Amino acid sequence: MSDHDTPAGDPTGHVPAVPEEPIANPGLPEHTWRPTDVDEHSEKRAERQVAAMYLASMVCVVLFVVVYFTADIGDNWTTFLGLGASTVGLGVTLAAALLLIGAGTIQWARKLMSDHEISELRHPARSSDEDRAEVLEKLAAGGEDSGIGRRPLIRNTLLGSVGLLGAPALVMLWDLGPTNAKVTAEQPYPGAGLEHTVWSKGMKVVRDVVGTPVRVSDLEIGDLVNGEPEAIFPTQENGQPALHGVALQVAKSKAAVVVVRMDPGDITPGEGRENWSVDGIVCYSKICTHVGCPISLYERTTHHLLCPCHQSTFDLSDSGRVVFGPAGRHLPQLPLDVDDEGYLIARSDFTEPVGPSFWERDTKDIGDQGEADL
Amino acid sequence: MSIDTSKVATSNKGAATPDKPNKVGAVASWADERLGLGTAMKKQIRKVFPDHWSFMLGEVALWSFIVLLLTGVFLTLWFHPSMAEVTYDGSYSRLRGVEMSDAMASTLHISFDVRGGLLMRQMHHWAAMIFIAAMMIHLLRVYFTGAFRKPRELNWVIGSLLLLLGTLEGFTGYSLPDDLLSGTGIRAADGFMKSMPLVGTYMSFLLFGGEFPGDSIIPRLYTVHVLLIPGILLALIGAHMLLLVFHKHTQWPGPGRTEENVVGFPLMPVYMAKAGGFFFIVFGVTALMGGLLGINPIWKYGPYDPTKVTAGSQPDWYMGWPDGALRIMPGWEFHFWGHTFAFNVFLPIIVLPGLMFTILMLLPFLESWITGDKREHHLLERPRNAPTRTALMVSLMTFYGLLWAAGGNDIIAIKFGMSINAITHFMRVAVFVGPAIAFFIARRWCISLQRHDEETLLHGYETGIIMRSPEGGYSEKHLPISESRAYTLTARDRDEVYVPGEETDQNGIPTPGGRLAGLRAKLSTLWYADNIQKPTAAELEEAHHHAEHEHALQAAGEGYPADGHQFDDFGGTHETSEQPLRGGH
Repeated sequence: MSDHDTPAGDPTGHVPAVPEEPIANPGLPEHTWRPTDVDEHSEKRAERQVAAMYLASMVCVVLFVVVYFTADIGDNWTTFLGLGASTVGLGVTLAAALLLIGAGTIQWARKLMSDHEISELRHPARSSDEDRAEVLEKLAAGGEDSGIGRRPLIRNTLLGSVGLLGAPALVMLWDLGPTNAKVTAEQPYPGAGLEHTVWSKGMKVVRDVVGTPVRVSDLEIGDLVNGEPEAIFPTQENGQPALHGVALQVAKSKAAVVVVRMDPGDITPGEGRENWSVDGIVCYSKICTHVGCPISLYERTTHHLLCPCHQSTFDLSDSGRVVFGPAGRHLPQLPLDVDDEGYLIARSDFTEPVGPSFWERDTKDIGDQGEADL
Repeated sequence: MSIDTSKVATSNKGAATPDKPNKVGAVASWADERLGLGTAMKKQIRKVFPDHWSFMLGEVALWSFIVLLLTGVFLTLWFHPSMAEVTYDGSYSRLRGVEMSDAMASTLHISFDVRGGLLMRQMHHWAAMIFIAAMMIHLLRVYFTGAFRKPRELNWVIGSLLLLLGTLEGFTGYSLPDDLLSGTGIRAADGFMKSMPLVGTYMSFLLFGGEFPGDSIIPRLYTVHVLLIPGILLALIGAHMLLLVFHKHTQWPGPGRTEENVVGFPLMPVYMAKAGGFFFIVFGVTALMGGLLGINPIWKYGPYDPTKVTAGSQPDWYMGWPDGALRIMPGWEFHFWGHTFAFNVFLPIIVLPGLMFTILMLLPFLESWITGDKREHHLLERPRNAPTRTALMVSLMTFYGLLWAAGGNDIIAIKFGMSINAITHFMRVAVFVGPAIAFFIARRWCISLQRHDEETLLHGYETGIIMRSPEGGYSEKHLPISESRAYTLTARDRDEVYVPGEETDQNGIPTPGGRLAGLRAKLSTLWYADNIQKPTAAELEEAHHHAEHEHALQAAGEGYPADGHQFDDFGGTHETSEQPLRGGH
């Protein structure tokens, strides 16, 4: 019968009688004997197979030790079929040793151990009514002895005091790190805090690996340079890096830029950004406004920059506008200028925070951001 | 062998009796007087476990976790969880002289200058993948067979937590080497945290010990990876196993198997040997993979540099589905009152995984609420016999699978020469439409299979023998199935639609949950709608009568196979050797 025959909203709450089982449980099938149960020859053979596998496993362990001490690693590593002999040899011999033990044991269980199925009764998970009654009785007696029900003052203050112990546990995590506000206020290194980077007025744009400054005349139309602020490379006067350690890593992770030269006619400057480019050279933050991957895939004909992590795509000819993907904001643009020697320099820090969005970020449209300290 | 068993039994007789003490007996007695092991072992030592290949999937997860512990301890002996800048001067010449963190340098040291180090690293990574994959497949097995039903709902919740923690453990683990790929992952994770309203920036700054990247994240993740999460995992695995022992394992229905018993082989010796042997198999397979299949070659990625990224950056596969959600999410970001709410990040990466795991954990409770089924279930159900349940999971799997594919949209675009924009736009729609289609197909498929089962029960199986009647009509001969197979097919519950009580009692006072009960009844009706119930005894009887009648009608043609089938041997239904050869061949 199907459910359609049952009136779902039957007002009497009538449940139809359960039809009898169509076929009675025939009971456990009769046990059938395996060859190893009845034939002494196959039993002995199975026994020999198991022992042989255990023996072969021992051989593999010996081989493992041999490989460990004979196959070289390091500078003059031994190769085997073009692979590292040590790793391959150790892996294969260890695997063989383990697999042989496993296979032997399972063979033993399947061929030689009893295969008579046995049956065990289940019991409901629930405790018996007597046990429940006894527990309730004991709980009541315990509660009575403690007086927790009669003395709400003690109970409530205890709950309050224990509950409040969560506060030290939470508060003690506060010193895990300085907060954004603290870092921004104390400026332990240049450009500290989410709102700023190490870029400042007049800082040279340099190439990211070698640290050489970029001359306007070096760039052809269509060229792309992965840039960094000069501050993260050793200064020329004393050869010492201006930044090192955490400060250097933080600076690098926020200040990376891409510098692109395109036909000045292609550029649609944002409101108030008319003088941020130099002869068609524009500079944008390399840090994606989605979740912060460095963006690196540039398509020169469309001036699109694609993030390899989640495929957000930005139009560098149009203020870094998002043209595709999950990013919600344009790429921050770095205002550029040229110094007396013809090198590209920054006119200021970015006028908005770089990288992924965060709650405290005060997002303004391009026209409303003003000129910063240009 | 029966003869041998009797001999063994005789020789062992009296071994444990006090008047003939031996050394083993003395040790056992010493331990028992202090630990009371006898009583504890009395019940468990011959505990019965039922046999089925699919019960092995959870074992794979368990054993791969042991492999993770063993290989992981080895790795900690050389790994330095430190972000201090060092200059690499180890054996890998291409990175010699390169500045990198100590974590990266020590990982290179393990890979190139410790014998067996690379093997252990690769085994650890492979075992992690096997651990998570096995947990997922085990979860699917438990769900599709209805093994999550009462009394095992809490073990389902524990299992779901294990999957969640295993995923986090995997993420913290592959972040530790501080190579370019893992650093990119950590940076993205920083972006995820910052997207949280109110607390995001604080979370990021506290976790990183200041501004990203800082110098604290690797040591902190290390503590989480080797102490915090493994500790919780161990405790939860212990609880998972204890509940398994307490509930006793579920079993497939069949002759002699009921809701009240468990039929199978005893723990000692059969399951000790099978499960113990299987540990060595899992360990061995992991060793083989570690030795022969390279994984996570960090020396090719190079050390982390916050200004660099590799194209085709992908997280480990089990993190792929939220990454896919992140990729196909439209760029919805809201700005108000000086605040930024990155909904485009917050929804797919923080809300969605939390929501999915919540749904996962609630599945057993949702089903029992809809069906009103509060009985204990120890017999498994075939997926086809619970069409809506099966379809629900297939639908969730489709959602997961599509998001996972979206997580590789760049790879798909490159490999198949397709437009990444088109793939992304397609996926935005597909993740909603796909699961609905999958739900419908899976449900109807299940019901068709139920119909097929009913057919087999009532009319027997299709023999493939075509009979021609004297009138010239053709029909296929059906033969009845064996009794044990017929019983197994009928050994399932009849679906009972939830019938709500009165919305008000005799005095007109609404009963608690009265209005929800109406919804429950509707959902319950939908849950079971179109399901095929097993035949009643009367229906089966009638079908057999009908079959006998058919058989009598066909008797005339019996022994005269259709042309061209004289020499077929249909399971011995007729003797081929006695067939006369036609036309003098």
